[in-house]
Amino acid sequence: MARNKEKLVLLLDVGPSMHSVLPEVEKVCSMLVEKKLIFRKNDEVGVVVFGTEETNNDLTKEVGGYDHIVVLEDIKVVDGDLIDTLQKLPRGTVDGDFLDAIVVGMDMLIKKYKDIHKGKKRLCLITNAVHPIKDSLEGTKEDQVETIAAQMTAQGMKMESVVVRGRLSQDANKRIMDENDRLLSIFSKQTLTRTVYVDSPTSLLGALKTRRITPVTVFRGDLELSPDMKIKVWVYKRTQEEKFPTLKKYSEKAPQTNKFATHQVKVDYEYKTVDGASKVVPPEQRIKGYRYGPQVVPISAAEWDAVKFKPEKGVKLLGFTDASNIMRHYYMKDVYLFIAEPGNTRAILSVSAIARAMKEMNKVAILRCVWRQGQQNVVLGVLTPNISQNDKLPDSFYFNVLPFIEDVREYQFPSFNSFPVSWQPNEQQQKAADELVQMLNLAPSGKEEALLPDYTPNPVLERFYRHLELKSKQPDAAVPPLDGTLKRITEPDPELFFENKSVIDALRKHFELKENPKLKKSARRLLREKPSGSNDEDGDADVSDAQAVNSIEKALVVKIEKIGDLTPVQDFEVILSRRDSPEWVGKAIKEMRDKILGLLSDSHEGDNHLIAVECIAALRKGCILESQNHTTIFCAILTCIASRKE
Amino acid sequence: MDLDPEDVFKDEEDGSDNEFFQQSASSKEYVVYLVDASPKMFNTTCPCKDQKDETHFDLAVSCIAESLKTQIISRSYDEVAICFFNTREKKNLQDLNGVFVFNVAEREHLDRPTARLIKEFDCLQESFMREIGSQYGIVPGSRENSLYNALWVAQALLRKGSIKTADKRILLFTNEDDPFGGLQGAAKADMKRTSLQRAKDAQDLGISIELLPLSCPDEEFNVKVFYADLLGLDGEDLVQFMPSAGQKLEDTKDQLRKCMFTRRIIRRITFDITNGLSIQLNTYALIRPAVPGAITWLDSVTNLPLKIERSLICEDTGALIQEPPKRFQPYRNENVKFSMDEISEMKGISTGCLRLLGFKPLSCLKDYHNLRPSTFVYPSDQEVVGSTCIFIALYRSMLQLKRFAVAFYGSSSHPQLVALVAQDEIAKAGVQIEPPGMHMIYLPYSDDIRDVEEIFPDTDDDAPRADEDQIQKAAALIKRIDMRDFSVSQFANPALQRHYAVLQALALEEDDIPETIDETLPDEEGLARPAVVKAIEEFKLSVYGDNYDEERDFLGKGKVGESSRKRKTIVENAVKESANYDWADLAENGQLKDLTVAALKTYLSAHNLPVTGKKEALISRILTRMGK
Repeated sequence: MARNKEKLVLLLDVGPSMHSVLPEVEKVCSMLVEKKLIFRKNDEVGVVVFGTEETNNDLTKEVGGYDHIVVLEDIKVVDGDLIDTLQKLPRGTVDGDFLDAIVVGMDMLIKKYKDIHKGKKRLCLITNAVHPIKDSLEGTKEDQVETIAAQMTAQGMKMESVVVRGRLSQDANKRIMDENDRLLSIFSKQTLTRTVYVDSPTSLLGALKTRRITPVTVFRGDLELSPDMKIKVWVYKRTQEEKFPTLKKYSEKAPQTNKFATHQVKVDYEYKTVDGASKVVPPEQRIKGYRYGPQVVPISAAEWDAVKFKPEKGVKLLGFTDASNIMRHYYMKDVYLFIAEPGNTRAILSVSAIARAMKEMNKVAILRCVWRQGQQNVVLGVLTPNISQNDKLPDSFYFNVLPFIEDVREYQFPSFNSFPVSWQPNEQQQKAADELVQMLNLAPSGKEEALLPDYTPNPVLERFYRHLELKSKQPDAAVPPLDGTLKRITEPDPELFFENKSVIDALRKHFELKENPKLKKSARRLLREKPSGSNDEDGDADVSDAQAVNSIEKALVVKIEKIGDLTPVQDFEVILSRRDSPEWVGKAIKEMRDKILGLLSDSHEGDNHLIAVECIAALRKGCILESQNHTTIFCAILTCIASRKE
Repeated sequence: MDLDPEDVFKDEEDGSDNEFFQQSASSKEYVVYLVDASPKMFNTTCPCKDQKDETHFDLAVSCIAESLKTQIISRSYDEVAICFFNTREKKNLQDLNGVFVFNVAEREHLDRPTARLIKEFDCLQESFMREIGSQYGIVPGSRENSLYNALWVAQALLRKGSIKTADKRILLFTNEDDPFGGLQGAAKADMKRTSLQRAKDAQDLGISIELLPLSCPDEEFNVKVFYADLLGLDGEDLVQFMPSAGQKLEDTKDQLRKCMFTRRIIRRITFDITNGLSIQLNTYALIRPAVPGAITWLDSVTNLPLKIERSLICEDTGALIQEPPKRFQPYRNENVKFSMDEISEMKGISTGCLRLLGFKPLSCLKDYHNLRPSTFVYPSDQEVVGSTCIFIALYRSMLQLKRFAVAFYGSSSHPQLVALVAQDEIAKAGVQIEPPGMHMIYLPYSDDIRDVEEIFPDTDDDAPRADEDQIQKAAALIKRIDMRDFSVSQFANPALQRHYAVLQALALEEDDIPETIDETLPDEEGLARPAVVKAIEEFKLSVYGDNYDEERDFLGKGKVGESSRKRKTIVENAVKESANYDWADLAENGQLKDLTVAALKTYLSAHNLPVTGKKEALISRILTRMGK
C-alpha cells in the first residue's frame, strides 16, 4: 500500500462569505482524515486556509505577496491532531484569493516531493469563488491560470475543486463568479481536475470523496463482437456499496492491568455429530451435502469439480436490441464500467464508434460475461453507452446484470383499471396529484439537482464516523443525533414543502384516508405510528403536519391551558413545557402569579399557605429554567406578594 | 420506532444481504394440483406451431412438471400433492371413486417435491392410460360425483399444518365449464348444491380454490355457468378469469404458468407522502437472484448432517465468552468500543417507513444509479382505506409527466434513498408482462460511486473520438446483429440448471448426468451469415484499417514477449542456482528439509513446477518429481 500513499493538500476558503458553510467544511474534512486514519494510515495531508487576517506561508517569506494565506498544518502523515485542527478552522476576515492558495499548495507539494510520486499528489480546493483574484503582473488572468495548470500537469498533480454556490452565496457579483468559473474550467480542461458545484450543505458533505479506493479491474481482455472481431477492454466497478465497517469483537476478559492485551475474539467453529455423543468430526471426515428438495445429496469436492459447470473466460456479444426492451428495474447489481484498453487508440475508437451509434439508434447490447477463469457461473447483462462529456475522457459503456428465468417471479397483479370506481381517483384528485408531482420538483431548471446520488453522503456512515471521533475523546458519548444537514436526506425539505403548502393542502383535502374499520385493533398500526418527523428537536419540518396526524395524540392528551385549583403546580409545569407557541411561558407565569395571589388573599387562617409556598417554589424553578429575564419577573412577583402581605 | 432487534443482529452477523435475498421457511405454501382427467381433456387439443398438437391434459401435466422443477430451485419448502379426478382407477385415503392421488415411494401425499416425484411425473403421460385411466365420473343415472370427491380428497390432503403458517391452495385444471351438464332435474341440482357446499367448506377452512380454465378452440370456457359460484366470484373479479379461446399453445402455457404463482408480500410499508398523509403499500420481490441452496455439512461416514457450534474465545486469556461481545474499532491508537445497542441506534435513522422527498424527471435516473435488485410496490387498502386511490393518482401523474419520485426508505438494516419509477401495465395476448405499480430502485450514495477520473489513466491529450464514418459503420453492424424479440429473462441460468441436473441424477443414483444446454452462448451460425460478416469486416476496416490482425498480433506478442522473457530469465537463474546442490543425494538422505525455502524453490522453478505452498508441500513436490 505504501506505493499508493496519497499526498493531499486541503485548500480551504475561510473568508467571511464562507462562514455559513464552514461547519460542513469542518465535518467533511475531518471525515476525510478520519477515514484515512482507519483505511489509509500512511497518507499524508497538509492544510492551507485562505482569507485569514494573518499570513503565514513559505512563499510570502521567500518572494513576498501571497497574503492572507496560512499554512495550518504542514504535509505530514495523518494523525488525530489533524482532525482537531480541522474541527476548529479559523474564521477569516478578508476575501481570499483561491489562485494564490493553489500556488501555495503546489509549492508545498513540490518542495516536499520534488517531481516524484506522480499522480499521487492531490490538491483539494473548497471555496465559493465569488471574489475576484488579483490581477497578474504579466499577461491576463487566463494566461496565469494556464501556466499554473501546465505546471500542475508537469508535476503530475491532480486537483479537486468544490465550489459552493447557489443558495449559499446569493448576493455575489455575477460577473466575478462567471470569470472565476471560466478560470476554474481551464483547470478542468487542462489538468485532471474534478470541479463540482454544490448549492446545499448536504451536497457539500457528499461532494468530496472522503475515501479513495484504488480501482481494480474486474476483467481485462477481449470484448468479442464475433469470433473475428474483438476489442480490447478493461472492466471496472462504477458503483459498489460502501458497507458499514465490520467491527471486531471485543473481549473484556483480559485484566485491566494487561497493557498488551489485544482484546480480540477468536471465533471457533466445531462440527459435531447430532447423535447423543456430540463427537467433533475432523475436517477430512466432513463432506458437503447439497439440497435437492428435502433430500441432501453428499458430493465430495473432487466429484463436484468433475461435473460442475465450467464456462470459458470471456466477454461475448449476443446481440443488440432496442433500449426499450430492457426496463430499468431489471438491473440486478451494482454497475460496471467498460473502457477500451488504455493507450490502445484503435480500441478506444471502436468503443467510441459503437457507443455513439448505440446512443443514436437508442440500442443496447446484450453480453455474456465470464470475468475469471474458473468462475462457476455466467453473467448475462446489458451494455449501455456512456458518451463522455469531458474531452479528456474517452467514451465508454456501462454494464449491468440482467436476471435469468429463475430469478424472476412473474406475479400477476390486477390492472388498476379493473378496480372499482371508488378506488379510482376522480378528476380533481388526479389534478391535485399532478400538481404535487409537478411542484415538488427536486431538479428545477437553472438550479442544482437536489439529492443527486453522486453528492449525497450516506447518513449512517457519517453518523458512525462522527460517533467514533466523539467516542475516542469521551468513551461514553451518546450517539449524536442527525443534524439538519443530514436530515435533508432522510426527511423532506421543509422549505420545499412550505413553498408548496397550498399544493399539499389541496392534496390532503381531496384524498381521505381511513383506518379499515374491519381490522382488529391489534392489527392496526399504520396510522397510529408516530411519524418520525415529529421528533421534538425539529420543529420546522412539521410546518404542515400539525393538523392531521397529531389529531390522534391531541385527542389523547387533554390540553391544559389554564392553571386549575386541584393541581396548580403540575398544571403550571405542563403549560410551561408546551412548545407550540412562545406565548405559553409568559401566560403560565402570569397565571401562576395570579393563582398565588389568589391563594394568599383567599386564605382562611393560612390554610392555603402551604399550597402557595409550593406554587412559589415551582414558579421560581420555572423562571430560572426559562431564562434570565423571567427571573427578574419572579423577583418582581415576590416583591408584589411581599407588599400584599403587609 | 419498531426496530426488530434480531434484524439488526443478523445484519451484523451474516452480512446484510441475507434477509433481503432469502425467502424464509415460515411462509410455506401447500398446494394440491387437481387435474381433470376426463376424456374431454384428452380429446381437445391446443393449436401449436409445428403441427404437433398437445391435448389439454398434456398441457396441464407439463405445466405442473415445470412448476415442480422451478419449485425445487426456488421454493423447496413448499409442499405439493398431485391429484387427478374423473379417473378409471381410484387411489385415495377416503377410497372415493374417480379420484387418483399420484405419489411416489418415500414420500407422503402432501410433501416437498423429491427427485423421484419429478422423474416419475415426467414419464406419467406414457403410463397414464394404462395405470390410471380416464373416465367420465359424472354420468346420468349414477350417484357418483367425481368433482365433489376430488374436492373432498384435496381438502383432506390439506388438513396438515395451520393456516397461520402456511398458505393452502387448490389449483383446479379443467376444460369443462359445466361439469353437471349431462344431468337432468333433481339429480343435477342436488349434485351442484353438494359440490358448492364442499367448496365453501374448504374455503371456510382457509383453503383458497383457484381455477385454471382451458378453453376449447370452438367454445370459450364460461366461468359463469358453474365455477363462478364454486369459487365465490362475482362481478368485477370475473373479468380476470376470461381466458381467450384459440390462443397459441405457448401463450396458454405462459398464462397457466404465471397463474400458478401466488404473490408473496415481503413487507408492508407505510409511504409518507406528506406528514399526515400516509398510505399503505405492499412490497414484492419480483426479481432476486436464484442461488443454489445452502450447503449442509455431512459426516462422510454416516452421511448424517452435522451441527455447527460456534464459540467465541478470548485471544488474550483463552476463556470462552458467553454473552454477546461488544464491538470495537481501532482508532487513534485506541480501541473505541461500541455496544450492539449503539450500533443499532446509529443505523436506525428513520422509522421503517418510506418518506417522499420530491420528484425528478426520468432523465435524472442514470444508468449507474443502481446497487441491488429493485423491489416492486403495489398499494393495499387492507389497513388504510384510500391508499390505492392516492397511489393510482400519483402513479398516473408520474407516468404522464415522465417523472420518478425520490424517497427515503428507512429500513432498519439498510436505510437508503430510493427512486420510485412508475411502470405502466404491459400485456400481450392476454398475458400480463409488466404489472402496473412502481419499482423501487435503490440509489447509491456518493460513497458508493467510484470516480471515473480515478479509473481513466492520466493523459495529456484529448481522448480520441470516432468519426462519422466509423459511427455509420458501427450503426450498420448494430442493425445486422439485432435481437428484435429479446426480452429479459428468456435465458435459463446454465450454472443453476447444471447444478440441479447433477443433483437430480445423483439423488436418483443414476450413472450418467444429462447434458445441460448453455443457452447463453452467442449464436455462432447467425454471426457467420455473410451479411453479418460483411458488416463486421467493414467496421473493422474503418477503425483498424488493413492491419487489424497485424496490430493485434503485435500487441499480443509484445506482451507475451515481455512476460515470457521475464519467466525465461527466472528459469535460467534457477537452473544456475539449483546446480549448486546435489538434489538426488539430498533427497536420498532426507536432507531436503535442511535447505531454505528459497533454495527449494530454485529446483522447482528450474523444473517448471509451481512454487507455492508450505515447505512440506515444496519438498513433497520435489520428491514426486524425482519419482520418490
